[in-house]
Amino acid sequence: MKVYSWGRLSGEPHAVSMLASAGSLPALADGQRALPHGMGRSYGDSCLNPQGTLWKTTALDHYVSFDPESGLLVCEAGVLLRDIQRTFIPRGWILPVTPGTQLVTVGGAIANDVHGKNHHVHGSFGDHVRQLRLLRTDGSVIECGPEQNAEWFAATVGGLGLTGVITQACLQLRPVAGPWMETETCPYHSLDDFFQLADTSEAHWEHTVSWIDCMSGSHSRGIFMRGNPAAADISQPEPAAKALTVPLVPPVSLINPLSLRPFNAAYFHAQARKSGRRIQHYAGYFYPLDNLLEWNRTYGPRGFYQYQSVVPRHVGQDAVAAMLKEITRSGAGSFLAVLKTFGNRQAVGMMSFPQPGVTLALDFPNKGASTLALFQRLDAIVREAGGRLYMAKDARMPRDLFEAGYPRLAEFLNYRDPGLSSALSRRLIGY
Amino acid sequence: MSTMRKIVIVGATSAMAEHCARLWLQQGVDEMVLIGRDVQRTERVAADLRVRAPQCRIETISSDFLQPEAIARTVDQACSTINPDIVLIAHGSLPEQADCQQNLQQNRAALEVNALSPVLFAEAFATHLEQAGQGKLVLIGSVAGDRGRKSNYVYGAAKGLVTRYAQGLQHRFAGSRIQVLLVKPGPTDTPMTAHIKSSGAKLASVEQVAANIVSGVARGKMVIYAPAKWQLIMLIIRHLPRVIFNQMNI
Repeated sequence: MKVYSWGRLSGEPHAVSMLASAGSLPALADGQRALPHGMGRSYGDSCLNPQGTLWKTTALDHYVSFDPESGLLVCEAGVLLRDIQRTFIPRGWILPVTPGTQLVTVGGAIANDVHGKNHHVHGSFGDHVRQLRLLRTDGSVIECGPEQNAEWFAATVGGLGLTGVITQACLQLRPVAGPWMETETCPYHSLDDFFQLADTSEAHWEHTVSWIDCMSGSHSRGIFMRGNPAAADISQPEPAAKALTVPLVPPVSLINPLSLRPFNAAYFHAQARKSGRRIQHYAGYFYPLDNLLEWNRTYGPRGFYQYQSVVPRHVGQDAVAAMLKEITRSGAGSFLAVLKTFGNRQAVGMMSFPQPGVTLALDFPNKGASTLALFQRLDAIVREAGGRLYMAKDARMPRDLFEAGYPRLAEFLNYRDPGLSSALSRRLIGY
Repeated sequence: MSTMRKIVIVGATSAMAEHCARLWLQQGVDEMVLIGRDVQRTERVAADLRVRAPQCRIETISSDFLQPEAIARTVDQACSTINPDIVLIAHGSLPEQADCQQNLQQNRAALEVNALSPVLFAEAFATHLEQAGQGKLVLIGSVAGDRGRKSNYVYGAAKGLVTRYAQGLQHRFAGSRIQVLLVKPGPTDTPMTAHIKSSGAKLASVEQVAANIVSGVARGKMVIYAPAKWQLIMLIIRHLPRVIFNQMNI
């Protein structure tokens, strides 16, 4: 069947089968390679294996055990972060790190070592994995964690599913008072303002992130959002989970130069008017787009790219300014543009994306050559700044930028499972 | 909070049954008995449900699903543990039609597990519910049971038998406090249908189907199509004149 990644850039045929048991993998025909696949939320080609096999992990959705004293949860790798939040927040436990969507599997969160808005406090997802079980295509099973088989653990966290199929994980949850967040919204009007807000917020706010108007050029206006879990439980009715679905793929991208500038301006002013403190439900705060199912369709039949880079802090401001200038000049870009700082800590995975610095993420409707040409100009800025691109978002980065950004690549290759392969691994690392 | 506090599930490792169990546990259940063929797989489901609902007592029974004596013994054991308010009989397996045409052994196995086994369980539970004087007996049929089609008639015939059996039980318990409910799911995205999905068919999510089942059971609907659109689709398919039906490649 045709399978798309979240960016919907290509829909190529795959042989898809669902893993029914966490105990063994289906046999592979000679020369065939497979790829574990969760919710397919990766934007580019890291979750695709065209002409090959995908093993869907979403039926491995069982909890194994939970210790209410320690907050240690053992679960299969196909469990959704959404289900963990819904099951455990009412009992006073929360996932320490979640990305901007909760519609991803635990296995996918580990394989991409995803991060959230609280990197400066809690690092990335892999920092909270105590143990995981890896099933290799040769039938062997490897249990690993920060202390046990630590090198396998470091290869698998952020390893894009290429070291084996993650079937089970032990996660450390964190105590939480309830489902509410205390948040504050602060408009900013320059990158100086942004960095100052980021620096002054990190000591007292667990979550920091900002939306940036990629059309604002050198003025770089945006909305800085910071939040903390609300201290005591607030007896306020929880919002009902109601979701809308984008019903079809429109013939052209709804995000285009005509719609973008007025939309961004309207969003900025609406948010700026709401500036100040308020109480928000965790789902609306962490996962604002999860209530618009299949929002990726709005970019039309040609799909979209996301470009996410991280650059070291000391060159961060200049690099971000240079990238924004290029984007404004190109007239491309989209509403979804996120700027945030990462804390000063190294990730556990050999191929993890987060590193100290500042990260900028933007969606771009796919307009073919002009979009790719813009990316080349952005690549040059990232390369010079000594940064890297996020593989979970990537569908096109050049090999030299990849190799420069991920210096532990050679070490990682020792841990690959020869029976597993993805479009990204074939594009960037041989098979 | 529901008044349904005690539930028995046969074929508890089926994805549909599991998702029904998760929804029921969210609504509050005191005791649950899970019956499965394979001890390990049934325990896997039980462990999951225990994490979801630590306050609920969950027990497992592993049983042969084809031997009448084993079925009778298992049902006795389940009903001596709890007096169920709901019994869900959910097991089945989707055979390859072509295999069943070529191999009578496989054909027979498909008929046994999808038809004979569930109705023997249903009959045994009916006896217990009758003694208790109340309860809901829920059988999983299929839209495939509504009209025989060349692509799937072995499975369809088995589910047709379940349909007719459920009708008979409904007639038998009419006017009593025992309800017999028949669920007819459309093609659903579960490990059982993975081979259909790989050919590109659009399948309903198992969460959606389980939600339809749980709400239909709460309302005591005699026939529950899940999702509901299949009621209309099958109404049309059942009444299509043969000349047209025979043209169709379904």
